[in-house]
Amino acid sequence: MSKTIFEISVPGCKGVTLPPRDPDIPLDEIIPQDFLREKPARIPELSEIDVMRHFIPLSQKNHCIEKGLYPLGSCTMKYNPKLNETLVRNPAFQNLHPLQPESTLQGTLQTLYELQQDLAEISGLDKVSLQPAAGAQGEFTGIRIIFTYHHSKGNTHKHKIIIPDSAHGTNPASCALVGYNVVELKSNAYGRCDLAHLKSIVDDNTAGFMLTNPNTLGLFEDQIEEIASIIHSVDGLMYLDGANLNALLGLVKPGKIGFDLMHFNLHKTFATPHGGGGPGSGPVGVCDKLAPFLPVPLIGKNDKGYFFDYSHQNTSIGKVHTFYGNVAVMLRAYFYIRTLGANGLRRVAENAIINANYLMALIKDYYHIQYPEYCMHEFVADSTWQKKEYGINTLNIAKRLLDKGFHAPTVYFPLIVPEAMMIEPTETESKDSLDAFAAAMIEIAQECKENPELLHNAPLTTPVRRVDDVLAAKLLDTSFPIKD
Amino acid sequence: MPYIPNTDEERKQMLEKIGVHSFEELIQAIPEKLRLKKPLNLTSPLSELELTQLVNLLASQNIDTQKFSCFLGAGVYDHFIPAAVDTIVSRPEFYTAYTPYQAEVSQGTLQYIYEYQTLICELTGMEISNASMYDGATAVAEAILMAVRKNRLKKAIISPTIHPEFIKVIQSYTAGIGLELIFCHTKDGRIDIDDLTSKMDENVGSVVIQTPNFLGNIESMNELEKVVHSNPKTLLIVSVDPISLAILKPPSSYKADIVTGEGQALGNNMYMGGPLFGFFATHKDMARLMPGRIVGATVDVEGKKAYTLTLQTREQHIRREKATSNICSNQSLCTLAATVYLSLLGKEGLIEVATQSAQKSHFLAQEIAYIPKFSLCYPETPFFKEFAVYCPVPAKRVIQDMLNKHIFAGVDLKPYGYDENTLLIAVTEKKTRTELEEYANALREMHYE
Ligand SMILES: Cc1ncc(COP(=O)(O)O)c(C=O)c1O
Repeated sequence: MSKTIFEISVPGCKGVTLPPRDPDIPLDEIIPQDFLREKPARIPELSEIDVMRHFIPLSQKNHCIEKGLYPLGSCTMKYNPKLNETLVRNPAFQNLHPLQPESTLQGTLQTLYELQQDLAEISGLDKVSLQPAAGAQGEFTGIRIIFTYHHSKGNTHKHKIIIPDSAHGTNPASCALVGYNVVELKSNAYGRCDLAHLKSIVDDNTAGFMLTNPNTLGLFEDQIEEIASIIHSVDGLMYLDGANLNALLGLVKPGKIGFDLMHFNLHKTFATPHGGGGPGSGPVGVCDKLAPFLPVPLIGKNDKGYFFDYSHQNTSIGKVHTFYGNVAVMLRAYFYIRTLGANGLRRVAENAIINANYLMALIKDYYHIQYPEYCMHEFVADSTWQKKEYGINTLNIAKRLLDKGFHAPTVYFPLIVPEAMMIEPTETESKDSLDAFAAAMIEIAQECKENPELLHNAPLTTPVRRVDDVLAAKLLDTSFPIKD
Repeated sequence: MPYIPNTDEERKQMLEKIGVHSFEELIQAIPEKLRLKKPLNLTSPLSELELTQLVNLLASQNIDTQKFSCFLGAGVYDHFIPAAVDTIVSRPEFYTAYTPYQAEVSQGTLQYIYEYQTLICELTGMEISNASMYDGATAVAEAILMAVRKNRLKKAIISPTIHPEFIKVIQSYTAGIGLELIFCHTKDGRIDIDDLTSKMDENVGSVVIQTPNFLGNIESMNELEKVVHSNPKTLLIVSVDPISLAILKPPSSYKADIVTGEGQALGNNMYMGGPLFGFFATHKDMARLMPGRIVGATVDVEGKKAYTLTLQTREQHIRREKATSNICSNQSLCTLAATVYLSLLGKEGLIEVATQSAQKSHFLAQEIAYIPKFSLCYPETPFFKEFAVYCPVPAKRVIQDMLNKHIFAGVDLKPYGYDENTLLIAVTEKKTRTELEEYANALREMHYE
């Protein structure tokens, strides 16, 4: 294991030099001694090359998209175009302060304005706020909008939001944060919403319904119109968790099939990098009647140019970010949309769907698939066969995939499929790469039979072997004990 | 087609293998009438070259802080960023990976988060840090929610000197649980301690203070802390500028319970205000109440040191509506920039950045105070790198006039509820003495009446 940065610190070393002090006023003449730190913080001291030789080898311990398939279902780990990385580093984007006069921000404002328009067009919704910093914050924003909408009509009794049992954990967590009760909807035998159950739980107290479509099983919720009419009949609002929008680009507009509002995940659908966990960006789109509640400001345009639009300030839910959200992520998404255009985006959805179905076809004889129909952009296989026959579970299979140079799928989610392996190849994988992944999966199925020990011991070739999570929680060693 | 590697021929082969004749057969589940009949109305696709030209044109419509001299702050700061920071955050291994769910192939990410957490603990003096929040505003909002989980008291006192946008985000985040927010008064650009004292009671679950505060002033934390902890259940939540912690007392020294802050100043470009990142640290006995991801050290099956996400049972993917927060994706890459930034600067370098920022801001404050009709709003109050100035005319006009001289003079405080003549000026180590003198001269030459 690499030493921590604290262990390679050499007193007196410097990785950067700063200009000499000018003016040089003694600190205690400007800030009372009382406020001054007595003992300096023990920040490691290294030369620039030491820093590089620490972080570059660290980076090499990661799997990443450039190394191989990263089929994390629901996360849309598509390739991140390098052009966008170059363009976003233009100093005229990087070095903008959020409170500069609008006249000096016109280029970025125009870009964001057009991105708002493009997302509205893609979703079939009327207005978009780019402010939420990630998908979960988009959910929170959207559910706050639902709350504020009902309250504006005096419907304060509406206290529940319905969420399918296949939903991502952020959905119920976001609703709870807004103060709603979450009512869980069962899935039916086809992996879709159980309509009979839905009818039995919808009532006048229903504020809204939060649906992922295609759902987390990779299946299109084909009863969407009926669901929407049930929810709308009690003045509930239809929220789309847009994490899976990649499957719908140019094929379906969520705003035209019954959804009143949704969030986008720019870091999934629009090829912005996942950054080792973030930053992402989770814009929210709404239909006209919800537009007054969007966060402030939006980006507006008039005859003088582009501006921060606070005109709906009095009805808005307020703010969810200090300024305007993760702007550098939005810029990349805009570049991506400009590169692809309408046809390109549709081809993205088509190829994402073809890739997923192709992969499913290649492995379906080797792994159980609970809902074996054509899927959208992802599908959920499981290891129940392997578990029953050979005592091998999904975790073992996931770890073995790491040995073969692939990232594992999303595992044990959605919760309604035992031993789930949620596989989303994305459109940026070639046929060859899918063939190779399928071959690895098939090889592993073989190994389960012939050499189950291999799976119990996997991974064998990764930078570290299987990691002890239980010990981590027990030790709770979350920071390095720096020595003086 | 850009970024789609399969040829039409391969596509055909794949459809064959699937057992369908056309793509349309795969989307049978989508009712025919729900499908889009015509293409999206977007502008035509651009080649790499055309996009580059378009983006250069867009960028040319901006005037950035390398062109004009920047004295803007209010939460986002123009500090110097060493070149090696971008070299490291540009590594695909870091930026194209996702949350380190598979620890065995994510040790790079996990270790830098562990190091980041350590740095935050070292700067703040706290025991445990999470892996980041979206920004300084959500970090402090989540801290208030955590305090409610800890003591169940649904009343929070908010210092009026915290960032006004933080207050708006706090309002969004706490409305749902029916938290009562109480604002105390200010005196000389800081919390009025007598007013705070009078508002304290047994139902106050937390008191939220920013220092240096929105106006740049350093709060008297030692005295304030005693008032806050007069109720042993009340938690002291602070929001701090991480750069200031190089020279100012760490929050542990004044017994803060939860320490948060905006981390952008640590090696992240401003990008018109995002991405930012929030840091969040507290005492270990509250670890299980914390929001966000946390990385812990452990070993692998061979006993080799390793890192992994830990205490995940707090999180949304396991606890769902009972989770400590809804956060999933965070601001990881920004914390990598912060970790690299701090490693490059080192102990002395960070002190240098903080010291020079303080020196230069005080120098400029002095120069402005000498200008007829200009005065410091809080001449007796200590500040760090930012200060409020009272102008003879509306700040808006000063800003416009200075813009004509290629200077971003500061932040107009009127939209935040202050007198329209107040201007908030931030100075970082990046400013040269010449720039400071030019700023003062430009103001002087305005000859405002
Ligand atoms: C279906 C679904 N919903 C919501 C989210 C949350 O998005 P984010 O991580 O951007 O907050 C995710 C992703 O992680 C997801 O897969």
